Amino acid sequence: MATPTDARDDLVKGLWRENPVFVQLLGLCPALAVTNSAINGLAMGAATTFVLVGSSLLVSSLRRWIPKQVRITTFIIIIATFVTVADFSLQALAPGVHKELGAFIALIVVNCLILGRQEAFASRHAPRQAAADALGMSLGFSYALFLLGAIREVLGSGSLFGMSLFGPDFEPWVIMILPPGGFLTIGLLLALFAHVKERRERAVQTAAASERRAA
Amino acid sequence: MTAPAAGSLRMMGTLGVAGLCSGLAVVGIFLATQPRIERNRAEALEAAIFRVLQGARSRAAFVMRDEGLVRHDAANGAAAAPEIVYAGYDAAGALLGFAIPAEGPGFQDTIKLIYGYDPSAGRVVGMEVLESRETPGLGDKIIKDAAFVDSFRNLAPDPELVVVKDGRTRDNEVDGISGATISSKAVVRIINEANARWRDRLAAGLESATTARGSE
Repeated sequence: MATPTDARDDLVKGLWRENPVFVQLLGLCPALAVTNSAINGLAMGAATTFVLVGSSLLVSSLRRWIPKQVRITTFIIIIATFVTVADFSLQALAPGVHKELGAFIALIVVNCLILGRQEAFASRHAPRQAAADALGMSLGFSYALFLLGAIREVLGSGSLFGMSLFGPDFEPWVIMILPPGGFLTIGLLLALFAHVKERRERAVQTAAASERRAA
Repeated sequence: MTAPAAGSLRMMGTLGVAGLCSGLAVVGIFLATQPRIERNRAEALEAAIFRVLQGARSRAAFVMRDEGLVRHDAANGAAAAPEIVYAGYDAAGALLGFAIPAEGPGFQDTIKLIYGYDPSAGRVVGMEVLESRETPGLGDKIIKDAAFVDSFRNLAPDPELVVVKDGRTRDNEVDGISGATISSKAVVRIINEANARWRDRLAAGLESATTARGSE
């Protein structure tokens, strides 16, 4: 059933082709709200990875025993449990990060990316594929958040990972770490992604056309 | 699809089991992490006490009772008492002042802070925000703006502190942060309220605090 190519595709598709943030536009609430610094973006990505991979594995292993009518409720119970574990663990091990992310850790429960993967993928596939899919989606989500956070921190605070980049004469663009900065950044990144995608497709088409002519 | 349509008993069973396992897991992680979380909080508070009372080498906790300031030991749940102050002592054991936790509404959520108060001079000698959710980039300057935080190193809070806009000229004035007016006013108001609450009580209880010895 699951060939190695399939498993690799399950993993890779989340990075680019079906990137949760840049292509599916899922989970935008945390993606915009906490990405006012690179480290916050990374921490949110890590917490989401833990929850998504954990619940996908569990949902996929239990998929034969979960009655169809109560599957969403069951998924939410499973997701909420992983979120609570992540919440308390962060509070205990990285109180500084937890302080920054605040309520958004608890709100991972309602990140539509996570429930969406359970319903669309984990509940229909074997644990190995589900884990690959979850990992790919999480990595795609994490690097998107890191990118957003890094851009906003560099422009909005003039620093990266808290290290000052431009010296004291730099006037930070405060708007970049405020909510509008999140929208501006993601808008520009989406435009960039669309542009790259379009150029790729055009390149493929021209290559195909010239091959046909050559034949 | 996943599983066939099921009867109500099976659905109840599934949800019951899921809820039970989830409950056990949540309680388990809570019990496992709670001591560490409490310790983190206590350490953060401890560090803040010594930062708002510069030069302090030891401290002792006190609570206000009818009979005056009463020594309050960590052993009987120091963190649990609502009205608690920390007396700081220098290396020789002389009372330097009190670190007073206080809280009040900020721009977005409750601001919790601790400030140092020297009762002999009647001065605020330091301030540190412990918990807040002020706007990143604007309101959080009450933590990150060094000039603002440092201005609390020597303030006369009586009759009360006021926020001014164009440079402070008097001992009871604090320069507000542009872009964080509400947050800086909130900090000043919290200290004013706490000072009004504590000033006379601390004066009355000074003796018991002076004769006590702190622990590191």
